[in-house]
Amino acid sequence: MDKQELQTLTEKAKELRKLTLDAIGYLGVGHIGGSLSIIEALTLLYYRHMENIDPKNPDRKDRDQLVLSKGHAGPALYSTLADKGYFPKDWLHTLNQGGTRLPSHCDMVRTPGIDMTAGSLGQGLSTAIGKVLGHRLDGQQSKVYVIIGDGESNEGQVWEAAMCAGHFKLHEIIAFTDNNKMQIDGYTNDIMSIEDLTSKWLAFGWAVQRVDGHDIEALDRAILKAKAETCRPSMIVMDTIKGKGAAFAEGNLGNHNMVFDHATALETIKALG
Amino acid sequence: MSEFAKLDMRSVYTETLIELAKEDERIVIVEADLMKATGTVPFSQAFPDRAFNVGVAEANMAGVAAGLSSVGKIPFAATFTAFAGRKTYDQFFISGNYSYQNVKLVGTDPGVSAAFNGGTHMSFEDGGLMRNIPKLVVFEPSDNVSCRALVKQSAKYQGCTYMRLHRKGGQALYPENETFEFGKGKVLRDGTDVTLVATGFLMVPQALEAAKELEKSGISAAVIDMHTIKPIDRDLIVQYAKKTGAFVTCENHQVVNFLGSAVAEVLAEEHPALLRRIGIQDEFGEVATQEYLMERFGLTSPNIVKAAQEVVARKKGA
Repeated sequence: MDKQELQTLTEKAKELRKLTLDAIGYLGVGHIGGSLSIIEALTLLYYRHMENIDPKNPDRKDRDQLVLSKGHAGPALYSTLADKGYFPKDWLHTLNQGGTRLPSHCDMVRTPGIDMTAGSLGQGLSTAIGKVLGHRLDGQQSKVYVIIGDGESNEGQVWEAAMCAGHFKLHEIIAFTDNNKMQIDGYTNDIMSIEDLTSKWLAFGWAVQRVDGHDIEALDRAILKAKAETCRPSMIVMDTIKGKGAAFAEGNLGNHNMVFDHATALETIKALG
Repeated sequence: MSEFAKLDMRSVYTETLIELAKEDERIVIVEADLMKATGTVPFSQAFPDRAFNVGVAEANMAGVAAGLSSVGKIPFAATFTAFAGRKTYDQFFISGNYSYQNVKLVGTDPGVSAAFNGGTHMSFEDGGLMRNIPKLVVFEPSDNVSCRALVKQSAKYQGCTYMRLHRKGGQALYPENETFEFGKGKVLRDGTDVTLVATGFLMVPQALEAAKELEKSGISAAVIDMHTIKPIDRDLIVQYAKKTGAFVTCENHQVVNFLGSAVAEVLAEEHPALLRRIGIQDEFGEVATQEYLMERFGLTSPNIVKAAQEVVARKKGA
């Protein structure tokens, strides 16, 4: 990645962070922490790595797909999709309002560009497996990206699916763990330890990398390496900060689903520059 | 009995899938280490690339099926009813139904047919769980002919379905060219005094047997094979409520939330009639032969006869 592209993606991530803060702040409550921790991953996927995606034809058959298994980070993905042109940006202010097409958790039926419904945690990786198995029958090489929460990794189904993707050697799957170290009731280390994530995923037959999830260059290198895998699914464990970029949220154990007003959001947006 | 009628119903299921798969390359199966039990091994031999066994992981099975559906495949996913209901419910609900996917979930060994697998594997509740899922079509074929027809219809239908499949043994209650439609019950026998509404491989024959016995005592009993529990055939129930004014439902399931409840709801809302529900009365399953368990839980024609006589007597007394 050259300096200019890094600069462009850094700016884009900042923009998406602002859109997400604005959307949740406008509503006054929402999953701000886990939305802001995956902004760099979404930026890299939608502005650099995902192929054959077309905002005018969201169901294009040969597209790469994203399953946002931690579906509560929907607002971050909605900002991304709106910015890409899947739907008008003014939809972002309808988040969670009656009749909206942008519900708190990702919904493929309601939102253009959402590739899989998620929200009941643990289910996304299984559906990604089904997508890849189906693609293979059609002779299609598309990648299916998956973002799993660290708290979500408490769910047994994640590990059923980990075993399955490893067994079927689904190298088309590139998954991320958003390892922001917090879950609803506290720190993951206190509620339910999930480490050592690297060893766990390795044991299930995956190629595993561990990077700073906010370091665009490092994350980009990890994705490139994962894309080159030919016989194993890839897990990229991203060390992230829950609420990244929002001073009022970072380090606040209550930032999973947080109340804050639009004025606070606008101040934070201003501070981001 | 024809050769077709002698087939185990699981063989009918699998042969129908193979027939469908030859015509439609979207048909795939997803299994959870029960292919030998569900009878789908011949499908995996005919279409090795289109049969996915995910091991003993039913939740993952349902999710994988939903993913396959999301890229245009038509997945049939099978396990025992006990696991189809209890172990895949959230995955089938959210990744499948709530996402408006096209997943065909199949539960085998309904109710007492789990027999020697015992109470842990005996599902008297799966149909009720499934009936609570919006838009889902829930059905239970009574014989090989309806099984073949309804599996074909399931494949053609755009949306999720749930089938309760009696896998061991076969029978033909219909001519081989009989046609079936989701949501349309079949009148197997007409009658004027009482209506026996039954579902499934075990209970429809018991209802037919009961009707014959009732005839001996001068009671004219209609028998309806209600193969689709959801959507229930409201028109047919109302028609027979007007005609007979008395009902007995017969199901290899708890009497709550499945056939008995569905019929009771229609009667209460549309045309009140006397009703007795033959089925499991708020009990867990247990281990024994199927025949023993049918007696144990009262899933027998003499029990249906008794219930029918009671409702007819009450109707006359009223």
